[in-house]
Amino acid sequence: MPWELKSDRPIYTQLIDQIKLMIFSGAYPPGSRLPSVRDMAKEAAVNPNTMQRALAKLEEDSLIITHRTSGRSITEDTRMVELAKNKLAQEQISEFLEKMQLMGFEQKEILTIINNMVKEMKK
Amino acid sequence: MSVILECTELTKKFASKIAVSGVNLKVERGQIVGLLGPNGSGKSTIIKLANGLLTPTRGNILIGGRKPGIETKKIVSYLPEKTYLNDWMRVHQIIELFSDFYDNFKPEKAYDMLKRLNINANDRLKTMSKGTKEKVQLILVMSREAELYLLDEPIGGVDPAARDYILATILSNYNENATVIISTHLISDIEKILDSVIFINQGQVVLTSTVDDIRDEKGKSVDGLFREVFKC
Repeated sequence: MPWELKSDRPIYTQLIDQIKLMIFSGAYPPGSRLPSVRDMAKEAAVNPNTMQRALAKLEEDSLIITHRTSGRSITEDTRMVELAKNKLAQEQISEFLEKMQLMGFEQKEILTIINNMVKEMKK
Repeated sequence: MSVILECTELTKKFASKIAVSGVNLKVERGQIVGLLGPNGSGKSTIIKLANGLLTPTRGNILIGGRKPGIETKKIVSYLPEKTYLNDWMRVHQIIELFSDFYDNFKPEKAYDMLKRLNINANDRLKTMSKGTKEKVQLILVMSREAELYLLDEPIGGVDPAARDYILATILSNYNENATVIISTHLISDIEKILDSVIFINQGQVVLTSTVDDIRDEKGKSVDGLFREVFKC
C-alpha cells in the first residue's frame, strides 16, 4: 500500500491514520508481526523517529503490542480493533453530517439521499 | 540524548561582511536536521566552521565536545557544496583513496549504492554529468560510518527519482547515534525525513522547531512556512 502524506498536517498523525486503515482493512491482520521501525520508515520515506512516535501512540491505544525481544505486532484482541474501527467511522460520519448541514440539508433529506445512493449501488 | 554539535555565540566576519552572527545552537545525536535559509544566509559558512575549514571570528563551535580538528574529522563526514575530487580519477580509484584515508569507510556500501544508481565504477569523474558526479560524492560521504554527516546542498543537481533514492539512502545509512545535518533550499523534497529544522537568515537563527510542531501549530508544511518567513 502506498503511503500518502499531505503537507498541512503533522506527519505522525497521518502515519497513525494510515496504519490504522491497514489494520482495519486486514492488510495487517490481528496478531501479525509488524516490520521494524526502520523498515517501515524507509517504506513510507519518513524519519524513523516520526514512525516511532506514531507506533508509540498506536501502542497507547492498545492496537499494537510491543514484545520486549521480538518487535511489534498487531493486537489479537479483535474487540479493540472493532472499537477503534467504529470510532473512526463515527468521526468520518459526523464530519460528513457537518458538511451536509452547512450545505443546508435536513437530516431526513440526508438519509433519503443515502438510501437512494445505496440502492443505486446495489443495482 | 547527548549533544553532537554545539555553537555558542558563533560569529564569522569576512572583512566588513558578517556571515554568521552570534549563533547559539545545540544539535542532538540521532537526529536528521534541516539547516534552511535563503541564498547567502550563512548555511555553508556554519558547515565550514564545523569542519574547521574556517575559524570563528568570535564564539565557539564544538563537535562532540571538541573543537574542529583531527579528532573531529574522524567522526564527521562532510559533503561540500563544490567538488574537490580530481576529475581524472575513476570511481574505484576514489573509493580506494577513501578506504586509505578513513578508518570508517565501507567500500562494499559504496559499490552497492553505485550499482543501485547504475554508475560504473570504471568511469572517470570528468566523463560524468553534473548530477552523476553529485551522486558519486554523496555515495562516498554516506559510505562512512560517521557520527555526524554534514551535507551541504546534497540534492540540488539530481533528478527527482534519484533524489528519492538518495533520501532513502540517507535514511537507511544513518544509525541511531548518528546525526545528519542537511543544508538545502529544496525543502518540500526533504521535510518528511527531517526531525527538526533550523531556519537561518542573515547569519542568525530565526527559528528552531520540529517538523510536526510546525505543522501542528501553523497548519502548514515547513516549505509553506519557509516561503512565508522569507517572502521576497
